[in-house]
Amino acid sequence: MDENVLEMVDIVKVFPGVIANDRVNFSLKAGEIHALLGENGAGKTTLMNILYGIYRMDSGVIKVDGRKVTIRSPRDAIKLGIGMVHQNFKLIPAHTVVENVILGSEKNGFILDLKKSGEEIKNLASSFGLKVDPFSEVWKLSMGERQRVEILKLLYKNVRIMILDEPTAVLTPQEKRELFSSLREMSSKGKSIIFITHKLDEVLEISDRVTVLRRGKNVATKVTKETNKIELANLMIGRPIIFEYSKNPQKLSGLVLKVENVRVLDEEGNVRLKGVSFSLNGGEIVGVAGIAGNGQKELAEAITGLKRVSSGKIFVRGKDLTNASPKKFFDNGVLFIPEERLGVGTAPNLSIAENLILKSYDNKLFSGPVFLNFDAIQKFAEKLVKDFEILCSSVNVPVKFLSGGNLQKVVLARELGNIINNAGGNVIVAMYPTRGLDVGATEYVRKLFLKMRDEGNAIIFFSEDLEEILSISDRVFVMFDGRIVGEIDSSEADVEKIGLMMAGSVAS
Amino acid sequence: MEAIKVDPLTILTTMFILMVQEGSILLVATLGEIFTERSGILNLGVEGLICFGALSSFIVYYLTGNWIIATLAAASAGLMLSLIHAFVSITLKANQTVSGLAITILGLGLSSFIGRPIALSRIRIDPLESVRVPLLSEIPVIGPSFFNQNPLVYFSYIMVIVLWFILYKTRFGLNLRSVGENPSMADSLGINVFLTRYVATSVGGALCGISGALLILGYYPSWYDGITAGRGWIAVALVIFSSWNPLYAFFGAYFFGLVGTLNATFQSIGFRAIPTDFFRTLPYLLTILVLIIFSSTRFRRRKMPASLGKPYTREL
Repeated sequence: MDENVLEMVDIVKVFPGVIANDRVNFSLKAGEIHALLGENGAGKTTLMNILYGIYRMDSGVIKVDGRKVTIRSPRDAIKLGIGMVHQNFKLIPAHTVVENVILGSEKNGFILDLKKSGEEIKNLASSFGLKVDPFSEVWKLSMGERQRVEILKLLYKNVRIMILDEPTAVLTPQEKRELFSSLREMSSKGKSIIFITHKLDEVLEISDRVTVLRRGKNVATKVTKETNKIELANLMIGRPIIFEYSKNPQKLSGLVLKVENVRVLDEEGNVRLKGVSFSLNGGEIVGVAGIAGNGQKELAEAITGLKRVSSGKIFVRGKDLTNASPKKFFDNGVLFIPEERLGVGTAPNLSIAENLILKSYDNKLFSGPVFLNFDAIQKFAEKLVKDFEILCSSVNVPVKFLSGGNLQKVVLARELGNIINNAGGNVIVAMYPTRGLDVGATEYVRKLFLKMRDEGNAIIFFSEDLEEILSISDRVFVMFDGRIVGEIDSSEADVEKIGLMMAGSVAS
Repeated sequence: MEAIKVDPLTILTTMFILMVQEGSILLVATLGEIFTERSGILNLGVEGLICFGALSSFIVYYLTGNWIIATLAAASAGLMLSLIHAFVSITLKANQTVSGLAITILGLGLSSFIGRPIALSRIRIDPLESVRVPLLSEIPVIGPSFFNQNPLVYFSYIMVIVLWFILYKTRFGLNLRSVGENPSMADSLGINVFLTRYVATSVGGALCGISGALLILGYYPSWYDGITAGRGWIAVALVIFSSWNPLYAFFGAYFFGLVGTLNATFQSIGFRAIPTDFFRTLPYLLTILVLIIFSSTRFRRRKMPASLGKPYTREL
C-alpha cells in the first residue's frame, strides 16, 4: 500500500500570462483515494489534464510505477492505465451504454457481440456497485447514471489510476453517496483514485490523503485523518473562512412578488414549467434547489420578463407584469443576476462603466436629450467600483478582462447599486450567483444578499450547492420536472429529504 | 379512345415492377448517402455522382458489353468525384454544403460535356436481362416485381442488409457512427477520424455511382442530358426520411418509387381526371414536404448524427 503508483515531480505549465502549475509535486499510492483540493483557478484541473495527456507540460517529470513516462495524448494515458472523468461528460447520447463503453477498445473483433459485451459490462458494473442498464441509450439516463457510464468506460479499459474532476457537482445527495461507496469499492480492489474538488466536506468524507493547491503551487499534502476542515480551508485560501453566516432575525415587509400558476413552453413547444405558484415577501431569501434542467432557468426568465409565459400571472407589488418587457420588470425593481456572466450578464467588449449603466442609460443623470453625460457616468462607475470592491485598473477597462469574481461584482453593482426602491421591496433573482467564484467572492455575494434581505428586499436564488442554500435562505424550494415539488422552512430542512425531492421521489 | 379493360392484378403487378425499378435506383443512392452522413460528412453531390456514374456505365457497357465492368466503372466514377468532396471538406475543412453543391454541378456538367456526342448519336444499349429467383418469383404481385429483376436490383437488397450490419454490428461501424456523433471523443480514443470519414465518403460516392449504373443498365438504356431528373435530391430527402437507418431506407425508397410510377399506371388504365403533370410533379412535391416535416428540430434532434456537416479540427 505504501508504494507510489504515480509520481508527478516539479510540474510546470505556463499559459499566456499565468503560471497555472508552478513546480507542483503530487504522488499517488496504490489503492488510495487522494483528494486534490483547491479553489477555482488553483491549477487542479490543469495538473490532471497534463497527466491525462490533454496538455503538454513545460517542464517536470511524470513517473508511473517508478518509471519515467511521456504522455502525449489521452490514448497514451489509457495505455498506462490512467483515465479521467471530465466535468462535462464525453459520451455519445444517441448510442447505447455498451456502445459507449466498448468504443475504442481492442478487446472486440471486427464483428461485435454487443450482447456478450453487455453482460461483461453488467458484471463489471455490479462488482463495483454501479447500477446501470447496458442496453439503454445514454440520452435516456440521468446525470448520475451517465457518470457511472464514464467510470465503466475506464474500468472496461483496465484503468487503475482514475481521475474524477468535481464528480459530485451534478449529483443528488443520494447519488453522491452511491458514488462514494463505489469509489471505496474500487480502492479496496486496488484502484487508485484522484478526486478533484473544492468542497472540504467531501475531502474529509472520502479521501485517504489530500493535496492542497493554491494559485498554481502545492501548499501541503496531508493525511486526511490528521487534518480538519478549518486547517484545510486555511491552506486552500490562505486565511480563515466563514462557515456559519450570522443571520439577523427575519423582518417580513409584505408581499413583493406573486406568481400564479405560470406555465412556460420552450422553442419546440415542450412544457418546461408546468404551473408554478408562489409568493415572495420583502425581507426573505428563498433558495431554489434542484438538478439543472428541471425548469429553474425558465422560472428565472419568466419572473424577469425574459421568457413569455403561456399561461398564468406574475404580479410585482400588486402590479400585473405578466409578459411585460424585461425593461419594465427592471424598472419595477426586479433585478436579475444571470447564470452566464459574460455574454448575458455583461457585454464583454464594453467597459466597466458602460456595463454599469446598461440598464439605466435613459436615467436623466446619465443622458441628456442627445448625448450621454460621460462625466456623470464615470463618477457613478467609480463610486460603484469602490462600494462593491471591484478590482480593476480603471472603470474604462473592457469587462472581458475581469476575473469571474470581479465580473460578478460588476453585475451585482449594476443590478443592486442604483436600486430604484431604496426603501426595500425589490426582487432579486439570481441564477447560481456563486458558481465558479473563489471563496472570498462567494462570501461577499452571500453577505450582500443577507444585507439586501435585512433592508427589506426579496431574494430568490438558484443554486446547486445545498449547503449554500441552507446557510443563507429562509425558505427552500425544490424544483423537479417543471414544478416546485417542495417548500420547506430552512430551519427544518434536511439534506436527505431535499435530495429525495430533487430526484423526484417525494413530494411534500 | 376507349379505356382498355385490364385485369386489376396485372395493373398492380406492372405498378410494382415499375416501383421496384425506380425504387432500387433511389435505394442505392440513399444507402450511399446514409453511410457518408453517418460519419458526419454531408455530401449534397449525390445528383452529380449518380449522373456521372450513369454516363460512365453507359460508355463502358457500350464498349465492353460487360455489365459488371460497367458497374465497377460507375462505382469508381462516383468514388473519384466524392474524393474531391472528401478532400475539400475533410482535409481542407471547407463548408460541406457549398462543396457538395459544387460536386453536383461538376458531375452534371462533366456528364453533359462528355456525353454530348453520345446524346447526338442516339446510341442505345440493350438493358440488362432479368434473373428469375426460383420459388420466390412465383408469389403473386411480389414475385414478378421483387424477384424477377436485373442483378443490380438484387444488389440493392443485399446492400441494405450489408450496410445495416456494418453500421450496427461491426467495430468499424461503431467507430464510423461515433465519428459522426463526436469526432473529438473518438479521436481521443484512438480512432482515426480522417481515415474513417474518407472511407465513408468514398464508399458512399461509389454507391451513388452504382445507382447511376442501375438507372442506365436497368431502366434507361440510352443517354440524354438530365437523365437523373432530380433523383439525387430525392435520395438526400430519403436519408432524412429514413432516419439515417438503412433498413428504413428500403421502405422509404420503394414508397417514393411507387409514387414515381403513378403517372404511368394511371395512363395505362386511361384515367385522366387528374392531369399527368401532377403525378410527374408528385415525387418532388413529396420530397419538399419530407424535407420540411422531417427537418424540424424536434424530429432531427435525436436521429441526426450530431456532428453532421461540421469539419473536425484536432485541438492542441
